[in-house]
Amino acid sequence: MYVAVKGGERAIENAHRLLAHARRGDQGVAEISLDQISEQLGLAVDRVMSEGSLYDRELAALAIKQARGDLIEAIFLVRAFRATLPRFGTSEPVNTGAMRVQRRVSATFKDIPGGQILGPTFDYTHRLLDPSLAEGFVPEVPATAEASTAPTPRVTDILGRDGLIESSPQAEDGASVGDLTREPLNFPADRDLRLQNLARGDEGFLLAMGYSTQRGYGRNHPFVGEIRFGEVEVEFFAEDVGFAVPLGSIELTECQMVNQFKGSATEAPCFTRGYGLAFGQSERKTMSMALVDRALRARELGEEALAPAQDEEFVMSHSDNVQATGFVEHLKLPHYVDFQSELGLLRKLRQEFSKAFAETSAPDAMKEAAE
Amino acid sequence: MAVLAHAEAGEIAARLRNLALPAHQDLREPESGLVMLRGRVGGDGAPFNLGEATVSRAAVRLASGEVGFGYTLGRDGEKARLIALCDALAQSQDFGASVERDVIAPLREQLVAERKRAAAETAATKVDFYTMVRGEG
Repeated sequence: MYVAVKGGERAIENAHRLLAHARRGDQGVAEISLDQISEQLGLAVDRVMSEGSLYDRELAALAIKQARGDLIEAIFLVRAFRATLPRFGTSEPVNTGAMRVQRRVSATFKDIPGGQILGPTFDYTHRLLDPSLAEGFVPEVPATAEASTAPTPRVTDILGRDGLIESSPQAEDGASVGDLTREPLNFPADRDLRLQNLARGDEGFLLAMGYSTQRGYGRNHPFVGEIRFGEVEVEFFAEDVGFAVPLGSIELTECQMVNQFKGSATEAPCFTRGYGLAFGQSERKTMSMALVDRALRARELGEEALAPAQDEEFVMSHSDNVQATGFVEHLKLPHYVDFQSELGLLRKLRQEFSKAFAETSAPDAMKEAAE
Repeated sequence: MAVLAHAEAGEIAARLRNLALPAHQDLREPESGLVMLRGRVGGDGAPFNLGEATVSRAAVRLASGEVGFGYTLGRDGEKARLIALCDALAQSQDFGASVERDVIAPLREQLVAERKRAAAETAATKVDFYTMVRGEG
């Protein structure tokens, strides 16, 4: 129960003033700029865009600055901001097959058309702290090589040609695309809604869920068919113009997980798939998303659904960190009346307990005295 | 217009300054909003909503009647207005050729050069596998 309490205004105002001061830190240290956050803490920006569900680097950088680097707080700020803008419409679905790839690796095939391209990655670094980064670090100029003009088809397309992997489900004619920012979530939820939920879901939560499938809670034998990161073009059908106009490009990471077989008396066995897609360079997020997407397909694929990662109500209801933090953190707001009633109840229970205890132990006491 | 969407507002404005611009007016004042971005299940399947992006739009009409529309990712309304102006100019008999030559072509060249540089840096990280000699026989 909530109750209006007066008297905290001045304390709140002063607390926010103190927060602004603490956020700025030592004023003898140069203030951090949005460009610095965007350029040098790029993966934090990517995460805030993904989970804030709003592609805008500058806004995400501002949110990170305002939140003092607390990314969930920053995501909350971005979500609140998006609610203030009108929606012009929806984009044409992006074509990740035509991505200008900056990184693209496959753990299933060594020789893929277009090659294995490492790009800017932490993989194969030794994870040793680098003291040279502490100050005045100037990186070497990147190496260059002649770029191939060969296309980089998705690895799943290559497997698909031989029928070794299930094809992606196609939309039925006139089917609408679910949007959980517009309609409340209902279960069972279709894959479009599940993917939207996972795409904005908390990376840590999805990581733990994905990890749990690997440890045996809904095992589905995953291989990374492909991870790709790069730029894709965005087009928007503008009604006033009458055709799809280019909006520019965005950076995306896509993960195609290849999983254990399905088959039946009428269908030859083939690999199944899990899919991950997120804004920016978000590899851990998209890999986890793909694992969980596959796990959530348990029922559709006729698997026993006993593990948490296979339970769509459990996963989808707990993946959103803005909702989760709202409910967890509201516990620190005043609950004085709530607590008073609990306290009253507890006192009454204790009274009843003492009375009952006194009554049951009294005869024994008399008996002892008689002896 | 894809080239303009990739350029900075300042770059478009600087190029436009080289043109003797005809009279024009805003048909739609620049405004910012959201577009829901869509992906496809598995990359090539049914569409799903991935998340939104900020988008700005504007429309400009030349005194000679041509109407141009400007759309771009981001919250820079002025950039949307400049794209709309270029779009209108591109349709005009008098300015079509010069806006292509003096504004769009140089920006396209810049974009192509930038992409080429990025592609060359990416290409240097491509793995060249070689097989070690097997210890057979």
